[in-house]
Amino acid sequence: MNEQYNGSELVVKALKNLDVQFIFGYPGGSVLDLYDALFEQSDIEHVLVRHEQAATHMADGYARATGKTGVVLATSGPGATNCITGIATAYMDSIPMVVLSGQVPSNLIGDDAFQETDIVGCSRPIVKHSFNCRNAEEIPTILAKAFYLAASGRPGPVVVELPKDVLNPQLKFKYDMPKQLEMRTYNPNTKGHSKQIKKAVEAILRAKKLVIYSGGGVILSNTSQKLTELVEKLNAPITNTLMGLGGISGNHPNFIGMLGMHGSLEANKAMANADVILALGARFDDRVTNNVSKFCPNAKIVHVDVDPTSISKTIQAHIPVVGCLDTVIDQILESINNSSIGIDRGAQEAWWNNITSWRAQNCLNFDTETDKLKPQTVIQRLYDITNGDAYVTSDVGQHQMFAAQYYPFKKPRQWINSGGLGTMGFGLPAAMGVKVAFPDNEVVCVTGDGSIQMNIQELSTCLQYGLNVKVVSLNNRSLGMVRQWQDMLYDGRHSSSYMESLPDFVALAESYGHVGIRVDHPDELDKALEHAFSINDRLVFLDIRVDEKEHVYPMQIKHGAIDEMWLKKGVKA
Amino acid sequence: MKRILAILLENEPGSLSRIVGLFSQRAYNIDSLTVGTTDDKTLSRITITTHGDDRVVEQITKQVNKLVDVLKVLDLTEVSHVERELLMVKVYARNETTRAAITRVSDVFGGTIIDMGKQSYTIQMSSSSDKIENFLKMLCHESDLIEVVRSGSVGIGRGDKALRN
Repeated sequence: MNEQYNGSELVVKALKNLDVQFIFGYPGGSVLDLYDALFEQSDIEHVLVRHEQAATHMADGYARATGKTGVVLATSGPGATNCITGIATAYMDSIPMVVLSGQVPSNLIGDDAFQETDIVGCSRPIVKHSFNCRNAEEIPTILAKAFYLAASGRPGPVVVELPKDVLNPQLKFKYDMPKQLEMRTYNPNTKGHSKQIKKAVEAILRAKKLVIYSGGGVILSNTSQKLTELVEKLNAPITNTLMGLGGISGNHPNFIGMLGMHGSLEANKAMANADVILALGARFDDRVTNNVSKFCPNAKIVHVDVDPTSISKTIQAHIPVVGCLDTVIDQILESINNSSIGIDRGAQEAWWNNITSWRAQNCLNFDTETDKLKPQTVIQRLYDITNGDAYVTSDVGQHQMFAAQYYPFKKPRQWINSGGLGTMGFGLPAAMGVKVAFPDNEVVCVTGDGSIQMNIQELSTCLQYGLNVKVVSLNNRSLGMVRQWQDMLYDGRHSSSYMESLPDFVALAESYGHVGIRVDHPDELDKALEHAFSINDRLVFLDIRVDEKEHVYPMQIKHGAIDEMWLKKGVKA
Repeated sequence: MKRILAILLENEPGSLSRIVGLFSQRAYNIDSLTVGTTDDKTLSRITITTHGDDRVVEQITKQVNKLVDVLKVLDLTEVSHVERELLMVKVYARNETTRAAITRVSDVFGGTIIDMGKQSYTIQMSSSSDKIENFLKMLCHESDLIEVVRSGSVGIGRGDKALRN
């Protein structure tokens, strides 16, 4: 009843209480007592990475795939600063994450002690919130708050700094976990204002050219089914952001593709010509809008988001609705059912005819009459061999866009990529985080020869924990997206975009104890994929040599409107 | 356009840095900032004067509100309010003519001489920032300034209500 625990035990007990099953981390001086407490128990599994950045991406991948909060543990100083990129990645994509960072003992803080960094200060612009824990008694309350903040409202990363003396095994305290959390300053909106809902539904029902534009918010709020219901009820065309893919099945007849910089022509055309845009959990990112002054001039914009700062930040909303999508979509559906306004089905048919004509341009066509292996083909074959059911993570660059374009995601949380921050090195550890959560599912990391080398050391972690993901590396011997921009905007001056000393990836994978397969020619591809996907008890690294000159199309023309696009080299839409 | 934001937030280590950090991170302007505790010791009150068009100020207000430590934000310029700033100014007062002139200007603006040196007066004045600007301008006509210290504005809404309610 009156059991006493030391600070480290309080952390572990609180984490168990908060349903934490996995921690991704790396030990060091300031957190050794906490590691000792973890050693004494078996409810929480600690996954030892090879670099703390990877721990944050693993926790992130785990969170994106499961919807649960990812947990990271790092030591003070370099351990904590190595987490920065991963925290920023999670922040930009609103991923629930709690980062426990060690700190030097309280009496040394500010003295430039060994491995001291002000991690709360360093991470301040890229966290939802952070806590300095100064007394062990506070640990359960602080962790309860951290997990609540990370996962509620617009989710995001929370940093908790734990000085070494707070984790001291000699000092014992009572475990006091609050039954109910009271935070007078934090109260995220859930329900949309009824007047705004009414206005929104009127605009939607009176629209002659409606487009639904949905983003990562749909994935985060688990509202994919409701969204699909809304789309079908309205028979509206729907486009997804890069972060929103899988929010509706990529094979749904109303889905018109991703929008934005490398979006489909039909999606960008539909946006440009719409009279009403219903934005759901999307934030009018610059990679979507292109030139904001030319953005969808005739559209009335209904913008639903749980975060009021996302509304009218870059594009002025005509009808803002603040609230959680889960509730707001219900409110919209109910209001549609009760409304006397009928949809103008004639106008809608004409609108769909427009969209069909844009679709007929087949903007994702690429040159298949070549003896070079096309990266697009690899993604298409990958879709076929996985039956479109794999979890796909990606790094950042051309391969990321090809994966987004050529692998129609059927379900939410199936597509995992660093959309906001664009973090190279994200893909492999993210895939590992997914595999930890779903060991029996196929998990594929689509990457490139540049990105994979940013966290390739994690192949070692994969061996240790049997994380048998498939690494599909579209190797074009260069930083493809950088080179593409240099081709298009810098007259082909390839400044530092070549990788002139690539390792033998097959030998590298094998030296880490995995299977490496190299593909050089198109006719080897199917066999190699079949072989790779017949192996379930080993990690397989596919080093696929693709056409190094390939560009990602379509592509928005710089400074243009949303639908001003290059369809292929020298051909404008 | 000048705006005065009144912010109530948790009186905890680091909460001020979150506000200041937000402004620099998002390239918003801070013209002045004051902070102090309130009758409720668990809360601090910050007054920030800033400028920007309606859209920028709306975004600033929303971003400040989003900070987990923040209880309430109000753009005081949108409501009827009283604004005060404390000024302390040290000026040369070398001869009788200058001393008389300084005293006269100070009296007109409601300033108080709170200290004097061999060749200087120190004047205190509490007023709106506009009036302080004006006062300093007039003072410059009479003598040379040695040092100017301004507290930045604080503001409070008129009427019976508190920001907290």
